[in-house]
Amino acid sequence: METSELKRSKDSVNSYESARRSSFPDEVLERVLFLLKSHRDRSSVSLVCKDWYNAERWSRTHVFIGNCYSVSPEIVARRFPRIRSVTLKGKPRFSDFNLVPENWGADIHAWLVVFAAKFPFLEELRLKRMAISDESLEFLAVSFPNFKALSLLSCDGFSTNGLAAIATHCKNLIELDIQENGIDDIGGSWLSCFPESFTTLEVLNFANLTSDINFDTLEKLVGRCKSMRVLKLNRSVSLEQLQRLLVNAPRLAELGTGLFSQELTIREYEELESALSHCKNMHTLSGLWDAKGIYLPALYLACTHLTFLNLSYAALQSVEVAKLLAHCPRLKRLWVLDTVEDKGLEAVGLNCPLLEELRVFPADPFDDEIVHGVTDAGFVAVSFGCPRLHYVLYFCSQMTNAAVATIVQNCPDFTHFRLCIMNPGQPDYLTNEPMDEAFGAVCVLSGCPKLRKLEIRDCPFGNAALLSGLEKYESMRSLWMSACNVTMNGCRLLAREMPWLNVEVMKEDGSDDSQADKVYVYRSIAGPRRDSPPSVLTL
Amino acid sequence: MEVNYENGLNLKATELRLGLPGTDEPERQTTLRPNKRTLSEISCSGVTDDGNDDHQESAPPAKAQVVGWPPIRSYRKNCLQAKKNEVEGTAGRYVKVSVDGAAYLRKIDLKAYRSYPELLEALEKMFKLTIGAYSETEGYCGSEYAPTYEDKDGDWMLVGDVLWEMFISSCKRLRIMKGSETRGMGCL
Repeated sequence: METSELKRSKDSVNSYESARRSSFPDEVLERVLFLLKSHRDRSSVSLVCKDWYNAERWSRTHVFIGNCYSVSPEIVARRFPRIRSVTLKGKPRFSDFNLVPENWGADIHAWLVVFAAKFPFLEELRLKRMAISDESLEFLAVSFPNFKALSLLSCDGFSTNGLAAIATHCKNLIELDIQENGIDDIGGSWLSCFPESFTTLEVLNFANLTSDINFDTLEKLVGRCKSMRVLKLNRSVSLEQLQRLLVNAPRLAELGTGLFSQELTIREYEELESALSHCKNMHTLSGLWDAKGIYLPALYLACTHLTFLNLSYAALQSVEVAKLLAHCPRLKRLWVLDTVEDKGLEAVGLNCPLLEELRVFPADPFDDEIVHGVTDAGFVAVSFGCPRLHYVLYFCSQMTNAAVATIVQNCPDFTHFRLCIMNPGQPDYLTNEPMDEAFGAVCVLSGCPKLRKLEIRDCPFGNAALLSGLEKYESMRSLWMSACNVTMNGCRLLAREMPWLNVEVMKEDGSDDSQADKVYVYRSIAGPRRDSPPSVLTL
Repeated sequence: MEVNYENGLNLKATELRLGLPGTDEPERQTTLRPNKRTLSEISCSGVTDDGNDDHQESAPPAKAQVVGWPPIRSYRKNCLQAKKNEVEGTAGRYVKVSVDGAAYLRKIDLKAYRSYPELLEALEKMFKLTIGAYSETEGYCGSEYAPTYEDKDGDWMLVGDVLWEMFISSCKRLRIMKGSETRGMGCL
């Protein structure tokens, strides 16, 4: 393993430290470091000594930037001259819930301009919560002749015309992964922009586009891209069409179906079942829009090796999902709607012992008269059956402090605990106490010293929370506080005490001048940003 | 004021002070800020009454869609809205049943049955007739009656061709055809 190799070489460097710098040739070091993929390991390596810092920066091909404002593209290019793959995240997470003004920033273009100059051989770009225009996508498509992979999640500012530019110009494209984005879906003709001679696509995800695509074009594309392993369709693709595609692509590892509800004859159903049963390599299954319970058995044979099942667009009942889960023993990640109710979650606990991640979304989030949905009982049932659970997003109608305590006791490895009780401010329904004990239970057992991001909203925390333990900001990527009790003076004080932190306040119209409505604090070596809109104040 | 937990976590050390429990409800109220539009617009029993109503309109919307709540992505919210609109348009479960030659129609609830055999048995009882056995290739054999239904597209279909759940969601009305009209469709 690379790490033990490094340990041995580190020892040898230390023992010769006084005289023998050249005893370990740089080329060898670079060769070894090239094999290192983990960012944490690379960070550690770069801190050993100057030679190692240099060797590391020359051998790094992928850079991960968790906050686009923590560093500038020029600094990145200067330090890492051989980058081929970039992952970049922009806006704070609460922008997903419309809590961040639209023109907040995180525009990719300035980055692309620098990349075009410094990394002309760029191959991969993965963006999350960035603002991207069609012009930027076109610029990307023509500036990097080796471009292979584009992945966009929670981005906005572009339309399907931008996708057309990618399809037209990127001759070596392997991956086009368009996840949930604020995309202006003008039409499906972008798919036809892939030339007839184009055969390299391995990953195609257009599941979250709504407009119809030309099925003929799609069928031909899938037919000639023999290495396709990920195919995620949108709702416009019917079950019958799915069957035709599958016949040509049985080696799919990830499948996102289209609409899973259609009047099939018995023969058509059997053909679909057969096509699915031939997908022996499938480890991820999603889509399943409006899935009818009666068609789920068609999936059973395809589920044997499934590790990720996304049912969050299928309003299934508990019995239906229980029957399906009986065929998914290897499941590690499961997303469902709360229509499965607690009984459905009991089935999760019974059938999926390897589960690590569970997300339960509300099927009807605006319905005041929620009679169904899931409760604390369901979550507890899962925790008893799935000790490896560490990532949960749970929308429920009620919860208790005791339940949370039980859950974290059953599942000691929690890294992400996102609980949303659908009525804000709802107390523990059994004891009528606030959920503070639950908050404490999770924090203690998850280990707050390792906190990277903290997001607090609608809570009575004030300046004390903001200003206490300033050293915590050294290890944290960012802090978000909105609708809390933080004041402008508190923010100013923080900005003064910690000059390497960017303290940004987003004011809402008509709010009290002294209140800091939304505060976003993050560490940065690029200094305060210059592109913030008028509603964002940098202190 | 702070809360001490059983495991001895001393919150004061981190100075991340949590909200005050139960008895301090009134204080919790005043910490809600004047321009706090979120909680004040949600009509839930049990939520503290937000006395700071600077931004409350004259007729507070009962089911207001509040900014940023619940915390789910816009894409998912839009999907759910679209689905709600769709669901409103599907066919109901009570359908009229007519039999050729009968004086008047009847109404049945398709949801009351779980399969074709059950439905056909009920129809036989209701109209005192025999419907015969279904065959994929031959239609209904052994009687002069054939059950048909009008689907969402307005076409008249033979009962039994599609899966049961599909049938009950798309069936608008039933017609039990008789005699000469069924000839050629079945194996009489």
